[in-house]
Amino acid sequence: MTTVLIVDDSKLARIVIGKAVAALEPEWRRLEAGGADEALTVLGQQPVDVVLLDFNMPGRNGLELAEELRARFPDMPIALATANLQDEVIGRARAAGAAFVPKPITEDGLRDFLSGAALHLRRIRSDL
Amino acid sequence: MTYETPLLTDLQVDALTELVNIGVSRAAASLRQMVGRQVVLSVPSIEVTSRRTAAALMTERELGPLVTVSQTFTGGFSGRAMLIFPEANSLALARAVTGDDLAPEELQDFEDEALRETGNVVLSNCLATMANMLRYPLEMSIPAVAREEASGLFGDDLGSTGGAVLFLYINFAVSDHDIRGYIALLMDLPSLAALRSVVSDFIVRVLEQPKSIRA
Repeated sequence: MTTVLIVDDSKLARIVIGKAVAALEPEWRRLEAGGADEALTVLGQQPVDVVLLDFNMPGRNGLELAEELRARFPDMPIALATANLQDEVIGRARAAGAAFVPKPITEDGLRDFLSGAALHLRRIRSDL
Repeated sequence: MTYETPLLTDLQVDALTELVNIGVSRAAASLRQMVGRQVVLSVPSIEVTSRRTAAALMTERELGPLVTVSQTFTGGFSGRAMLIFPEANSLALARAVTGDDLAPEELQDFEDEALRETGNVVLSNCLATMANMLRYPLEMSIPAVAREEASGLFGDDLGSTGGAVLFLYINFAVSDHDIRGYIALLMDLPSLAALRSVVSDFIVRVLEQPKSIRA
């Protein structure tokens, strides 16, 4: 069972991202959080395999959260969803080992990240 | 005086905020190309208020004179988009977008043109992204540069709508430069009613069609 956590301050965006994930990976369990603090609470309560983070959120942004999560979960597939493709943002996300998913979110935009994440998780699990 | 927002549901405000977030994020990426430094954005603030209250909000934060680059837009919904920054920053912004090629006296002559073009790139990018996502084309005016005090930014409260407007703004700052300001959208109530219908179409579309997902 793979669990994906969707973190976005927009409820509508969470619904839309959830639907795209469901269409591409129907077997995955989907969890949602409305911000970085809520995401950390969810992560403290149950195992999560993959996270999808919005960049521009009130409080801590998705990039800061990605850096924190990377320190705690070295193997976790992390994606940052944004239309803000500035070199500095891309550079910091790469340094944190986070993939980019363009906003607005589409199935096409999400496909590569999710299939890469699924492959990565299969590898980790087969090594255990 | 702040008005409640009876015209927009929570989900409509959520959708509009997300649209603006995406539009402004693209605009910031374009501005970054022009100035060669990272552009940092705040999250959007959105409220229905009077023009006077919107201006008061700016007056509280900005003591000195401001420079604005404005574009009006009409179409499925209409209003005014503005790039606003302290006049003290305007030469630095013009310098940042023109590079170091111009002599100081040349830059002064060129300042308004540089600001107009910067405003055009930022505002058009933001509006075009929103128009594409909402699937309603917008006509945009040529950008106009003005210098004014914060109190006079958004016009007066006269008019049949009682002066209530949808006021939406984001702070921006350019890293390593003393440049900061606001991107603002202003729509009066008749425009807001049109916007509500456009946004509710958008919500229905993104929630119903799993094959063409946008948010």
